[in-house]
Amino acid sequence: MSQLSCKNLNIGYGSKTIIDNLSFEVESGEYLCIIGHNGTGKSTLMRTILRLQPLNSGSITLDDGVKLNEVGYLPQQTPAQADFPASVWEIVLSGCLNRCGVRPFYNANEKKRANHYIDMLEITPLSKRCYRELSGGQQQRVLLARALCATHKMLLLDEPTASLDPDATQELYRLIKDINQKEGITVIMISHDLTVATQYCDKVLKLGDSPFYGTRTEYIQSMQIEHNDNQGGEVNG
Amino acid sequence: MVEIMHKLSLYFQFPFVQYAMIVGVLIALCASLLGVILVLKRFSFIGDGLSHVAFGAMAIATVVGLTTDMLITMPITVLCAVLLLRKGKRSKISGDATVAMVSVASMAIGYLLVNIFSTSGNLSGDVCSTLFGSTSILTLTNTEVWVCIVLSALMIAVFIIFYNKIFAVTFDENFARATGTPASLYNLIIAVVVAVVVVLAMNLVGSLLISALIIFPTLSAMRLFKSFKSVVICSAIVSVLCAVIGMLVSIVAGTPVGSTIVVANIAVFGVFWLIDIIRGSR
Ligand SMILES: Nc1ncnc2c1ncn2[C@@H]1O[C@H](COP(=O)(O)OP(=O)(O)O)[C@@H](O)[C@H]1O
Ligand SMILES: [Mg+2]
Repeated sequence: MSQLSCKNLNIGYGSKTIIDNLSFEVESGEYLCIIGHNGTGKSTLMRTILRLQPLNSGSITLDDGVKLNEVGYLPQQTPAQADFPASVWEIVLSGCLNRCGVRPFYNANEKKRANHYIDMLEITPLSKRCYRELSGGQQQRVLLARALCATHKMLLLDEPTASLDPDATQELYRLIKDINQKEGITVIMISHDLTVATQYCDKVLKLGDSPFYGTRTEYIQSMQIEHNDNQGGEVNG
Repeated sequence: MVEIMHKLSLYFQFPFVQYAMIVGVLIALCASLLGVILVLKRFSFIGDGLSHVAFGAMAIATVVGLTTDMLITMPITVLCAVLLLRKGKRSKISGDATVAMVSVASMAIGYLLVNIFSTSGNLSGDVCSTLFGSTSILTLTNTEVWVCIVLSALMIAVFIIFYNKIFAVTFDENFARATGTPASLYNLIIAVVVAVVVVLAMNLVGSLLISALIIFPTLSAMRLFKSFKSVVICSAIVSVLCAVIGMLVSIVAGTPVGSTIVVANIAVFGVFWLIDIIRGSR
């Protein structure tokens, strides 16, 4: 049974349609990569799945016992966080908020959970440090740990490597693949980087002029065909 | 020195001075807690706008002739806070402009009303006292003192109970929303708290100086501290200390309470800023 199924989505802002008639499904434990040029609506799609913005028409259903508040999310970075005084520990722990319900404070289990993911993402030495003083790669790990605290089923990542150098990018991809395989967590990741689409993921969803939805192997084949069709022509980025 | 101590102990025998101290400390504490949220959420301008709304509301209360101003100022300010926060969410620029518009409109209408309807012989003195809070903290009625104490205690309790939720919503509203935190509800709570604190703080420092009471302790604390908790604690301590020192100085030296407290806050900010610079250059 699929964990997330989207049928005939029409997505946009007000009357302006950005994505029309999009359908896809994500199985439990799958790794889906969403690619496409800037402005094709990748972030908007993710925000709509998370109910951060209304759906014009179509249906989004979460199955397999996942509740909406059990989804982990790593947003595209907002400038508001840049000078925020917060320690790594405070931020990661805040991912457990959806477990608290009406209880005002975190319990021992939640603190253990936060510690577990801090360990897993190899940021233990940073846990008392101030978030705004970390490098871009370290900051993304902190936000990833927070997202993991919020879920044990599904992670939605919006361009997690956008501001990282190549080494940090590869590190983060490795960690995300690990999370996907070892913890069995479904990953839906937006990326403008073809390495993910061609190396790490199970399925590819491409938005824009030449849309595509299928497995990674099918995607690589379709790229080769396209490449042969117009030699030296556009390669998707 | 002995003389000063003597003078202080004399003053402290008056119940209204004792009340003023208690109320002042509680209000300063509330204002600093709120300041952390407003500064970090980039809502400082809403606090400022609301203080002007409170002035307009105060003018209406004066004209109507109520003995307890808060019966009018509180609901009007709360209503405006809710509306402004709503507006600010949808579009940032027009939100800014709306706040500016509402704030100058309240000032103008407020002053006009007082001018037309006032029966008092000392009009400019009354207005000045509302704007700068020169003596209102010393002339609180018994009811007002209790209302202040109860409301402040309530505000502090709300802050502690919702501390973790406030942190999450302030640090990253989108993430909080996506993982099922009802962020709009907490924004509403924040709006109501802002309005209540602004109305309370008007008694202490007057409506023009409220923003200073709200933002300075947080800005000072952010110079030196780097986790949310330490910023909250530090700004609370700074705010309470400045309020106490400001009130004591104003009793001894006869300076206006509000301005003295704000100057104390500015001094602390200066010192923290220097420490930060010295630390940074090493
Ligand atoms: N708040 C908004 N209101 C109206 N249009 C928007 C808004 N945010 C983004 N858009 C438009 O939606 C389109 C898709 O944006 P986005 O989802 O951010 O693209 P991507 O993440 O794929 O780069 C863009 O054309 C953008 O101009
Ligand atoms: Mg985007």
